[in-house]
Amino acid sequence: MTNLPGMEYIIEITYLIATALFILSLKWLSSPTTARRGVFAGELGMLLAIVGTLLHHGILEYKWIFIALVLGTIIGVPLGKVAMTAVPQRTALSHAFGALCVTLVGTAEFYLRTPNVPRFMMGVLSMEVILGSLTFTGSLMAAGKLQEILPQRPITYKGQNFVNLGLLAVAIIVAGMLVAHPEKTQLFPLIVGIPLLFGVMMIVPIGGADMPTVISLLNSYAGLSAAAMGFVLDSKLLIIAGALDGASGLILSVNMSKAMNRSFSNVLFGAFGQEQASATGVQEARPVRSATPEEAAAILAAANKVVIVPGYGMAVAQAQHKVRELYDALTKRGVDVKFGIHPVAGRMPGHMNVLLAEADIPYDKLLDMDEINGEFPQADVALVIGANDVTNPAARTDPNSPIYGMPILDVDKARTVMVIKRSMAAGFAGIDNPLYYLDKTLMLFGDAKSFVGSIVRELGGGNE
Amino acid sequence: MKMDLLTSLYVFMLAAFIGFEVIRRVSPLLHTPLMSLTNALDAIAVVGAILLAGEYHAHGATLAKVLGTIAIVAATSNIVGGFLITDRMLKMFKASGPKKP
Repeated sequence: MTNLPGMEYIIEITYLIATALFILSLKWLSSPTTARRGVFAGELGMLLAIVGTLLHHGILEYKWIFIALVLGTIIGVPLGKVAMTAVPQRTALSHAFGALCVTLVGTAEFYLRTPNVPRFMMGVLSMEVILGSLTFTGSLMAAGKLQEILPQRPITYKGQNFVNLGLLAVAIIVAGMLVAHPEKTQLFPLIVGIPLLFGVMMIVPIGGADMPTVISLLNSYAGLSAAAMGFVLDSKLLIIAGALDGASGLILSVNMSKAMNRSFSNVLFGAFGQEQASATGVQEARPVRSATPEEAAAILAAANKVVIVPGYGMAVAQAQHKVRELYDALTKRGVDVKFGIHPVAGRMPGHMNVLLAEADIPYDKLLDMDEINGEFPQADVALVIGANDVTNPAARTDPNSPIYGMPILDVDKARTVMVIKRSMAAGFAGIDNPLYYLDKTLMLFGDAKSFVGSIVRELGGGNE
Repeated sequence: MKMDLLTSLYVFMLAAFIGFEVIRRVSPLLHTPLMSLTNALDAIAVVGAILLAGEYHAHGATLAKVLGTIAIVAATSNIVGGFLITDRMLKMFKASGPKKP
C-alpha cells in the first residue's frame, strides 16, 4: 500500500464510492417511499467494492474465490426467499454467517502474522475474534430457538450469570496475555473456543419474547467485530460498514430494552430472561365477559374508530390475512381502522409491520406505540389479537407486578376492549392480565384465524 | 503504522456518529428491513476474505486459502440473501392512498 500504482488508486476510489453508497443506502431507508432506492444503492456499492477487490494485483488465484462466490450465492438465494414469518431466524442465521466470516479471517490473519503482531493490532484482533465467535454460536442458538429446533423455554440455573461472565472474563484475560506476548500462539485457540462456548451459554436462558433484544444485540456485536476486522486489515470501508451495522444494532437494542423496561446494562451483560416465572402460582377464577363472533361483529360495525393490536400470537395463528379482510370489511363501512404496534411485538424489531405489510395492509395504518397511545381514548374498540403482556395495565398501575414500568399500549383506555385468545392461560411472562377482568372487556375465545374469519363473515366481507 | 491506526480510529468514530444519526431517523416501521440491510452491508467483510484467499502468503498459505474460501461463502450468502429479502420486504410496504377507492 506504500506507493500506489494506477490500479490501486482505482481500487481505492471504488471503495470510497462504495462507502458513500452504503451511507446513502441507510439514509434512504428512513422512509418507505425511498427505501427500495436504498437497497439499490447498497447493491451497487457492494458490487463496486467486490469488483474493485478482484482487480487487486496481489490476487494470484481466482479459482477458489469464484467457486466460493458461486457457492455463497447458491446458499444466499434461498435465504433471501424465506417466508416472512421465518425472517427472525433467517436474520439470526445471517448474523452467524457474518460472524463466521469475520472469525475465520481473524484467525487466519493471526497465524499469518504471528509472531510480528504489534500490541494494538493484537488487541483489535482479539476483539474481532472474541466478538465474532460468540456471535457465531449465539446467533446459531438464537436461530435454533426461533426455528423451534431447540427448546424455546428459557433454561436457567443457579449462578448462571456468574458462569457466563466468568467465561467471558477468562477469554478477555487470555486476550490480554496475547497482547502482552503475541508469540504465544498456543493461547490463541482459547480466545476462539471460550467465546464459542460463551455464545451458547448466553442464549440458553433466553425465551422467545426476549428474542427482539437478543437479535439486536447480536447484530451490534456482528457489526463491531467487522469493524475490528477493518482495523486489522486497515480497510476503511470495512471499518465504516462495521460501525454502521454496530450503531444500528445498538440503537435497536436500546429501543428493545426500553420497550421491555430492562436497563441497558442488564441487556449488555446478557442477563436476559431473569425476572420471569415469578408470578405464576394461584389462579383464582375471576369472572370474565365473553362474546360470540356475531356480538363482536355488531360492536365493530357500530364503531367509528377501531384500533387493532396484533401480537406474535397473530403470526403464530397465521391470522394476518384474515385480519386484512377484517380491515377491508370495516374500512368499507367507513370505520377508521388503525393498528397499534408495540416495539417488541413479534420476534425481532419491526417484525409485525412486515407481516402486516405482507398481508397488504397499508403502512400508514401501522402506528408505533408512541403514535397510537394518544388515540386509544377516542377509539370505540381496541381489538387485541394474540398480544398479552404489552397490553397489561398492571405495568402502569401495580408496582408489585414484574412488568411494572414497562411501556404498554393503553388499550384499556378505549371504550370497549376485545381480546381474542385461546384460553385464560397467562402470557409469556406468566403474569395475569387485569385487562381481561375489566367491565369494558369482552373475551373472544378461540383461534385467532378462525375467530377473525367468523367476524368477517358476519360483516359480509371476505369475498376474495 | 501508528498514524494509520489513529486515522482508522477517527474513521470509526465518525462512522459511528453518522450511523447513529442516520439510523435514528429510520421509522420503527422498517426496523426489520433495516436489520437485514445492515447485515448485507456488513458482509462487505467479503473483501477481506477475498484478499485472504487470493493473495500470496509466505507461510500458512493453505490455512489462508481454506479459511478465506469458507469466509467468502459465508459472506456472499449474506450479501445475496440480505439484499434479496430486504427488497422483498420493502416491496410489500404500500401506502393506502392510490389503491383505495
